Amino acid sequence: MQLPEIAVNRFGLGARPGEGLPGDPRAWLLGQFDRYDPRPPAIAEAPSQPEAAAALADYAAAAREGRMQRNATAAPSGAASMPADADPAMRDPAMQARRTERRNLRDLYAQSVAARGISALTTPTPFMDRLVHFWSNHFAISAEKPPVIAMAGSFEFDAIRPHVLGSFGDMLRAVERHPAMLTYLDQAQSVGPGSPAGQRAGANGRTRGLNENLAREILELHTLGVRGGYDQADIGEFARALTGWSVAGGARRPARRRAAAATPGGFAFVPAMHEPGTRTILGRTFDAGGEEQGQAVLDMLAAHAATAHHVATKLARHFVADTPPPALVSRLEQAFLQADGDLPTLYRALIDAPEAWSPTPAKFKTPWEWAVSALRATGAETFPTPNVLGFVTQLGQAVWRPGSPAGFDDVAASWAGPDAVMRRVEVAERLAARAQGMGDTSAVAAALFGGTLTAQTATAIARAESPTQGLALLLVSPDFMRR
Amino acid sequence: MIDRRNLLGTGLLGAAATLFVPRIAFAAVPTDKRFVFIIQRGAADGLGIVVPVGDPAFAGQRGMLADVAEGGVQLDPLFTLHPALAQTGQLYGAGQALFAHAIASPYRERSHFDGQNVLESGGSGPYTVKDGWLNRMLSLLPPDDARAMAIAAAIPLALRGARDVASYAPSNLPQASDDLIERVSMLYQDDAQLHGLWDQALATRLLTGDLAADNGRNAAATGDLCARLMAPAEGARIAMIETGGWDTHAGQRQRLAGQLRGLDAMIGAIRTGLGAEWANTMVLVATEFGRTVAINGTGGTDHGTAASAMLLGGAVKGGRVIADWPGLAAGSLHDGRDLRPTTDLDSFIAGAIAGHFALDPAQTRRVLFPQAQEGPMVEGLV
Repeated sequence: MQLPEIAVNRFGLGARPGEGLPGDPRAWLLGQFDRYDPRPPAIAEAPSQPEAAAALADYAAAAREGRMQRNATAAPSGAASMPADADPAMRDPAMQARRTERRNLRDLYAQSVAARGISALTTPTPFMDRLVHFWSNHFAISAEKPPVIAMAGSFEFDAIRPHVLGSFGDMLRAVERHPAMLTYLDQAQSVGPGSPAGQRAGANGRTRGLNENLAREILELHTLGVRGGYDQADIGEFARALTGWSVAGGARRPARRRAAAATPGGFAFVPAMHEPGTRTILGRTFDAGGEEQGQAVLDMLAAHAATAHHVATKLARHFVADTPPPALVSRLEQAFLQADGDLPTLYRALIDAPEAWSPTPAKFKTPWEWAVSALRATGAETFPTPNVLGFVTQLGQAVWRPGSPAGFDDVAASWAGPDAVMRRVEVAERLAARAQGMGDTSAVAAALFGGTLTAQTATAIARAESPTQGLALLLVSPDFMRR
Repeated sequence: MIDRRNLLGTGLLGAAATLFVPRIAFAAVPTDKRFVFIIQRGAADGLGIVVPVGDPAFAGQRGMLADVAEGGVQLDPLFTLHPALAQTGQLYGAGQALFAHAIASPYRERSHFDGQNVLESGGSGPYTVKDGWLNRMLSLLPPDDARAMAIAAAIPLALRGARDVASYAPSNLPQASDDLIERVSMLYQDDAQLHGLWDQALATRLLTGDLAADNGRNAAATGDLCARLMAPAEGARIAMIETGGWDTHAGQRQRLAGQLRGLDAMIGAIRTGLGAEWANTMVLVATEFGRTVAINGTGGTDHGTAASAMLLGGAVKGGRVIADWPGLAAGSLHDGRDLRPTTDLDSFIAGAIAGHFALDPAQTRRVLFPQAQEGPMVEGLV
């Protein structure tokens, strides 16, 4: 039976009390395919990729300036000539400029996180936004280095959102060409040893060469999955095929500076960095060429059976259970392969799966999922300001910062810790206090969970000393911790 | 002093030690022993940490990174410690730090996530064992000593399993009111999962008191926090700290130095914070695998095989590097690119823990690493 509470809380991002539960859950989900807006106002107003690129250029300039000043003022005796107690910023005015630029990058990041939050809280198509978050985490970047901090928002808004109802292959192409990904996994600086740039560097005794990081993670994480039938030789060959895929401008490399003509800070194919020759990957030969050689490999990977299995497993894990039923994975896999990676077909197969409508909520919410659903339940339309970043980070899941290209885990074991639960209780008390005037908490609970609310939670709410306390208890109830 | 093969295997020293050190399969008597596992996620470059500057092939392989050990503590004719590990180097001088090199878990592929799964689960392959070796270790200790805690918001795999484990990470959130706490306890009464988690959370809340105001964002604060959770008699005896950022594919010189400064500060803070209990403490530092011997084209190194590991603490028989050194010449490398593993990390960990808690080494290895082949133990570490 397809319960509306499940459509809203498991497929969507959590019910909003004012909206009421949908009459036909299946139609409500499918209808979102037609109503989805990849660029709703909040996202359209978020910092754009060119803005991020400009901020990064300023940051790089400040850093360069600082280096030059330090070199010019360095006394022979080095740091010992400086008074030890002087303020570092006084000693080095360029450091102050760099600090300001770095703050600008963090501001871009915070604005992007806020935009993601507003969309999640107000979207008329929450199933679609959940899928955006899913894919964004599948193709994870981690905002730790300055370029990735600045471009993390653009990565989700420009590479993921427009393709969430397209084909897997199109999303894969957009993701791997995005400057945030090219920078995060070191692809932008990977040089074919036999390319003109590689040869020149070798002749000058400099070391510039191949970096296999992106190639490896595409195979292991984005497409085939670990143990997906590739070996170290395939990784090396794929890395060589991808050489030349880089980021325009920003660097002091002449070849990349010339490529800046296209889109500053955007994708650029730099022929001088590309390793010449044919490549053999997974037994298939790829003709010598330029930019299209790497793309041909991506196309093969997007249509590969191992990719279908990997994607199906992750999708089923996200919606159904930490250890997804093999029969469901197999049906999703078939849907993916038969429709050539058409994502709406895959989502339809998921909606049609009885396993996805099991009345027992098997998924323990991640901190992000819990925060979004708690804010929606309390009628919020923005994340708590001024510290948007701190809010989610304190719950244990900094947005776009999983710390690894594998993304955040999607299993309870990673999130259901004692301290994590205590933090939710602390946050729930604050959110409930902010949401004064929501009225009778039992009515709120009924609006969120309909007939599925457990007796224990209903009792706890009924006995609460105030509506505020009742709301806090609702937000940390077993019903609300899972979906 | 260089210890090579003489400490590996049940050689003379190991056999002699067996005669004098009491060992029992299950430690029945409570002790004051403390154990900390610091995991280095991302494949830390052992060759850049415990640097084999004395290997004739080293400079050629490392090129622009060949000078990274300059200014560091010379450990022996072969190895010099990275200079960012200043406090760790002092521990070595005091005989309280031991390094193992060319060491690896049974995992021989190069995926971080599979490698960490093997390192933490203690299986011989990824996803072959469901719980973690540090949790299974608790079953070998008397109940009073088996209090473990993850210095993290969620519990890492090494500590997951049948035994209850607490977790704690610094939070700037205001504490929830006592009345709400009490009502949540009632609300979770019938929920098997949340009930257990909540009991743990409440126990930790009592223990930490005003620590919630502490700011543990940097490594030293985390080390200090760990020490404060472990120093009291009723505190945690086993702890695990996660560190990330070791995946130095590019710009390794600056990035690894920064990482090591943080690790050094963390170790220093643990030692200082534990005070007299440092004498009863063992700290293990280990990573999922090492990095390529040669540097890559972007001033970094790629995923490799053997790495280095550290044992620190007043209870450690330190001041030495244990390595059956395979050499860095092209012909000596694993798969033609990596440091060849010659010491088994599982046996090293089992040997260290058995020595520390006075347990039977073979039994300890069977429990911690149930799929390990019977083979030579690493003994005499304590």
